[in-house]
Amino acid sequence: MESWTDFVIARYNYWIVIVLMMMGLYTVFARGNLVKKIVGLNIFQTSVFIFYITIGKIAGGTAPIYIGGELDHGGGHGEEPLGGEGGHGGESHDVQSIGDHGAEAGASLHSKIENTLDAGDIKAAANELKLGEGAISGEGGHDAASLHTAPDAGPEAGAKIVNDQLVDAGKSAADSIELTIDAAHGAAEAAAYHSEVIYTNPLPHVLILTAIVVGVAGTAVGLALAVRIREAYGTIEEDELEAMDNVAEFGGAAQPAGARA
Amino acid sequence: MNLAAQLPVLPIITPLILAPITLLLPKGRAPWAWATIVSWLTFAACAFLLAAVEDVGVISYQLGDWAPPLGIEYRVDLANGLVLFLVSAIAAVVFPFAYRSVQLEIDDRQSPFFYCALLICLTGLLGVTITGDAFNVFVFLEISSLSTYALVAMGARRDRRALTAAFNYLIMGTIGATFFVIGVGLLYQATGTLNMADLHDKLAGQSNRVVDAGFAFIVVGIGLKLAMFPMHLWLPGAYTYAPSAVSAFLAATATKVAVYVLIRFIFTVFGFDFEFLGAAFTYVFLPLGLAGMFIASLVAVFQEDVKRMLAYSSVGQIGYMLLGLSFATVEGLTASLVHVFNHALMKGALFMAVACVVLRAGSHSIHAFSGLAKRMPYTTWAFIISGLSLVGVPLTVGFVSKWYLLQASFAAGHWYAGFLIVASSLIAVLYIGRIVEMMLLREPAEEGPYAIPRRDAPLSMLIPMWFLVAANIYFGVNTELTGGLASRAAEALMFMAGGAQ
Repeated sequence: MESWTDFVIARYNYWIVIVLMMMGLYTVFARGNLVKKIVGLNIFQTSVFIFYITIGKIAGGTAPIYIGGELDHGGGHGEEPLGGEGGHGGESHDVQSIGDHGAEAGASLHSKIENTLDAGDIKAAANELKLGEGAISGEGGHDAASLHTAPDAGPEAGAKIVNDQLVDAGKSAADSIELTIDAAHGAAEAAAYHSEVIYTNPLPHVLILTAIVVGVAGTAVGLALAVRIREAYGTIEEDELEAMDNVAEFGGAAQPAGARA
Repeated sequence: MNLAAQLPVLPIITPLILAPITLLLPKGRAPWAWATIVSWLTFAACAFLLAAVEDVGVISYQLGDWAPPLGIEYRVDLANGLVLFLVSAIAAVVFPFAYRSVQLEIDDRQSPFFYCALLICLTGLLGVTITGDAFNVFVFLEISSLSTYALVAMGARRDRRALTAAFNYLIMGTIGATFFVIGVGLLYQATGTLNMADLHDKLAGQSNRVVDAGFAFIVVGIGLKLAMFPMHLWLPGAYTYAPSAVSAFLAATATKVAVYVLIRFIFTVFGFDFEFLGAAFTYVFLPLGLAGMFIASLVAVFQEDVKRMLAYSSVGQIGYMLLGLSFATVEGLTASLVHVFNHALMKGALFMAVACVVLRAGSHSIHAFSGLAKRMPYTTWAFIISGLSLVGVPLTVGFVSKWYLLQASFAAGHWYAGFLIVASSLIAVLYIGRIVEMMLLREPAEEGPYAIPRRDAPLSMLIPMWFLVAANIYFGVNTELTGGLASRAAEALMFMAGGAQ
């Protein structure tokens, strides 16, 4: 018996969704007042919003806002010229093997590095590092989104890759400019912190923001129609409207069904 | 970045970006002219796209260069290339046609808004068709629906019942769209993706209640949008009281696009691996298609309003499309796609003829058609030819559709369905015959509310209308474009779905 109640209580968010959905639909069908119908429609839609938010929630997850590290350029696009050392090429194979989940990110990084084998200065390398970090965390995060069952795999893999890169960068940077060392250290700390953070899936939130906008637009059109109906008929009660339409169509006499929409 | 590489996105962004400009134009002819040019540009883009798809096969376009499973993908194959071509072609014909009709039926101050809404509706319909992303379908579906509600309500200048019809449509349409979103959400929960091709891969082998419920929600949601038989109640009102040009446009496009979405979800997203599908074919689409064919057609016979009669006939014709796809064979799917195309041609022409009558007689009651042959011969014959096409007389597109359907039903072993198709065509003879009898054999009213001046519709309406009527005959004789393309599209769809059963 306890397992049964646990089953119900553990899914309380779905019960909220179902209750709201039924309330909303019932209001739409049962109420004759046009504005109340719209309100019912809104409650119905709200249940769907909650449903989508439920899909995206991961227990213990935080808001999908990137914490730590400066992402001054959009990760993953790679607009900046890249410079890397020869050593990078071999290493990024490791990156690929570690980051099975961040495979895409790893692969793109790998190809970037191999394609630009000519020695660049260290600042460029550090730049690339940040860029790679952006790409990995971005892609990893997305991947986690698609792997709903194993949500923390993506970020962790991403963090590992980043760490690996950082160690290497730290080494190469160590015997040159101090500035870049600092930068690398800062990024390393950020990455260490990053590996502990679980993000909730941002995609359903984005979807439902879109659906909310659509819902608001629909409500606006519906209320505008209700205003126009009130102007034209003098009432917004559905049964009175139907009676008036029937009079207009058949001259007062009630007619068999099928003729009315 | 050459234009050819960006071709797949042009049918969407051309009307979307150019539509608001109509609002800035001075009232009068300018908004109409602008909207017509935009619709032609869109048509050109769709025609090029169809030609390109015929050449190279499937075209995939990544919006913003984000790779498909995460980013939104536009995916054009023969099936939606054909629907895109159809929708934009109907738009390119209806827009020039609309001017005189809109001048009469819409307040002059509203005409820029009218054309803007019509263009946005076109954008939505094309977007639903072209996209390869399940959630994107919802967004475009609502773009087209919201503008449709406004367009239907604009019929209020002639008849205030347009307002209640639009309101009913809004309630039903929003419930349908929300059901669709719930279904997509359930699929996302089961797979973690929204891309249709990716959904297909990840759904393979999955058979659990989440997916089953998702399928049911999606079918009901789209069923509301396409006016599947018991969920059709919004359609007759909306088509009857909408401005005539809007009726012509919507009847020829909106439900067709919804049928396409249904086909896309059944065959591309779910496929035959999905166990629930067989039951859905046997217990949902087949009986509902047959019921729609008979009940809606029978109701059409008793209508006093020609537009309402044609609207009920549309519900019946949707039954044929559902019947075709419920066979789950290449022939059946071909028949469905062919009928989607052909029905758009005939219903477009029929509603245009009604619009011409409304322009002169000021009414779409059946009494306004009395003795029409003596008053408006060109309009009368356009109505008769497309009406015969609706019935399925040889040399018209209607015959081609029914021929494919009959072949499919016999090939699928549903021989009784073949007889029912013929029987329901006879009902179409009844309701079209009633109007034809009124037009040819009755004397025109000399006075009273239904008196018509002895003047046919203006050329700006006759030319587009006869263009569609000619298409009815041309595609009835030459089935290379429709039948050939549709069967190749159906083969591709069935191949993706996992072959014939």
